[in-house]
Amino acid sequence: MAMKIGEKPFFDRVDDALENDFMRNAMASAQDRLRDKKLDATERDDEIGDWEEWRSAGEEIRRHTLENLDYYLDQLSENFAAKGGHVYFAKTAEDANRYIQEVARKKDAKHVTKSKSMVTEEIGLNEALEDVGCHVHETDLAEYILQVDDTDRPSHIVVPSLHKNKEQIRDTFKSKAGYTGTEEPSELTAFARSQLRDVFLEADIGITGCNFAVAESGSISLATNEGNANMVTSYPDTQITVMGMERLVPTWDELDVLINLLSRSAVGQKITTYVTNLTPGVEEDCVDAPKEFHLVILDAGRSNALGTEFQSALHCIRCAACVNVCPVYRQIGGHAYGSIYQGPIGAVLSPILGGYEEYGELPYASSLCAACTEACPVKIPLHEQLIRHRENYVAEQGKPKAGEKLSMKAFGIGASTPSLFQIAVKGAPTFLKPFVKDGSISNGPGPMKPWTAIREFPAPGKDNFRSWFKEHKRGRK
Amino acid sequence: MKVSLFVTCLGELFYQDVAKDVVEVLERLGCEVDLPKGQICCGQPAYNSGYRKDAQKAAKQMIASFEDSEYIVTPSGSCAGMFKEYPGMFKEDKEWQDRAQAVADRTYEFTQFIVNVLGVEDVGAAYTARATYHTSCHMMRLLKEKEAPFKLLENVKGLELLPLENSYDCCGFGGTFAVKMVPISEQMVDEKVRHVEESTADVLIAADGGCLMNIKGRIDRKGKPIEVKHIAQILNSRA
Repeated sequence: MAMKIGEKPFFDRVDDALENDFMRNAMASAQDRLRDKKLDATERDDEIGDWEEWRSAGEEIRRHTLENLDYYLDQLSENFAAKGGHVYFAKTAEDANRYIQEVARKKDAKHVTKSKSMVTEEIGLNEALEDVGCHVHETDLAEYILQVDDTDRPSHIVVPSLHKNKEQIRDTFKSKAGYTGTEEPSELTAFARSQLRDVFLEADIGITGCNFAVAESGSISLATNEGNANMVTSYPDTQITVMGMERLVPTWDELDVLINLLSRSAVGQKITTYVTNLTPGVEEDCVDAPKEFHLVILDAGRSNALGTEFQSALHCIRCAACVNVCPVYRQIGGHAYGSIYQGPIGAVLSPILGGYEEYGELPYASSLCAACTEACPVKIPLHEQLIRHRENYVAEQGKPKAGEKLSMKAFGIGASTPSLFQIAVKGAPTFLKPFVKDGSISNGPGPMKPWTAIREFPAPGKDNFRSWFKEHKRGRK
Repeated sequence: MKVSLFVTCLGELFYQDVAKDVVEVLERLGCEVDLPKGQICCGQPAYNSGYRKDAQKAAKQMIASFEDSEYIVTPSGSCAGMFKEYPGMFKEDKEWQDRAQAVADRTYEFTQFIVNVLGVEDVGAAYTARATYHTSCHMMRLLKEKEAPFKLLENVKGLELLPLENSYDCCGFGGTFAVKMVPISEQMVDEKVRHVEESTADVLIAADGGCLMNIKGRIDRKGKPIEVKHIAQILNSRA
């Protein structure tokens, strides 16, 4: 299990999602709430000034960093290593897992605590660690809930268990973790906390993801709200951070800008409760820092985007602002995307990382309304990239249905041959006449079928506009 | 002022009345309207589906049809937005890119042209109704025109404009999305129709044929008593 969620084909997953009224209501109200909170902390926040300027600054920082990625990765790894840390560049998910398994073996680790684990979810690290005899403990509340529920998968980048309500969480805790309390969130949280307390103490290794790494100092930065990440990174003697190779900034100044963009865009907070910055190397008498610090820098398909029209997809700071405004995500939720990266950025990123064979349909799961592009704090042109994916998908022989290719070819000819178009305009009322009833078409032929399955199709107008226009002009002279 | 009308394929096939209203409003505002002959469709269905080459054929046809025009006006924010995409479609062909840019620079959506070029906010229309307005995504976000339709509608005598909940959400049209992703599109348009109903408006107004066709199609299928109008029909109404 890794990036992929479920085995069903896309449309079956969509059907499942559409039948789940609870989930859909939860998605819609969460979207409305998150959207509103984000606006309060961005466009409507007087303190921050011009939000568009912040977006431009964010875009510029991300572009600069990605355009000089080799330089900054080199700087980061040198600085990290110079302070005594261990850096490993993993080409694939398997490479990363193998390296981490090796560290666990050497440490004879029995218990691993984790936090901020999107990227480890992507590479399926938990299974890899369990294969070498480790007990893996998710400590982010949402991830903990998913783990207790027989490893359910995230449905949202920032709020992974968004698809569950408090009653479902209560039932899960009751049936799978011996919980006896009510569905009160504070009670549920207290239970999780009590379960996790011992876990923190007995952990041999702490593993986190990484919001950003600071190249100039060789540090990693975690923006969190729960405090558990600090437990994960301070108790065990061994710390492993896994980061996507694009998740870095040149200096602390850029980190400042991006943390603002991230916190505000993700959950409408001016800043998260904790922003934890960790650098390898500890003073002699320091007791709350790991003695051994590994940084795993992951490619796993990311370099597919470098130097291509998709490079800016790597600018993503995983705030989910695009997910929170996407009208498609609103209706189908996260699991339908079949990837741990959902919504518009998921539809762009998943095919880059996992290929068109697996994720080729995702770029079509968008009406190209561009709400995502408008929301992105680092100005990734998401809706345009969805079109670029479609172009690539079409270019791969045999991928779209042959009929579609043919009809688009016909479209190209029809849309560039005025005489043919006029024949169509004049012929349409006659051709469609048998299907017209009360001024519209309820049961259209051929390619109109999917349209009329749920809507009326307009009957072609009886008048010919060009003839009217000619008459009209004549009358005015 | 000389204005070339890009009537759009939907306008020519289904919404001739809207097209006539557009002509009449523009003429009343002192424009001399012509209808360049070779025009067909902006190519968006092919472009957005990933068929760039087929879309380029449509684009070239449109560029050739409109490159002599002083102003190009179209009653669709989405089609106007597509014209703005043309230069990007010909990155490898400098000559066509330049021609595309020249056309894109002179293209306006109908209400945008009236407000921003003609400088008119009151066209002297009168239409008595409780109405709400659907802000089409492409007009709002690709063309970045958010205000012009509202400025014009606010000055229509007798028109009470009601707010629309979640107005920023797409209606589920999205060109081929509406037929490729029917179950998702259905839920999106249903939510839109629900919000229109909740607004208590009797009339839904929009500036884009695609959205109108989608929302009206669903309203009619469900037998809802809500009228759907293109903004040109409202602006060409007289007391």
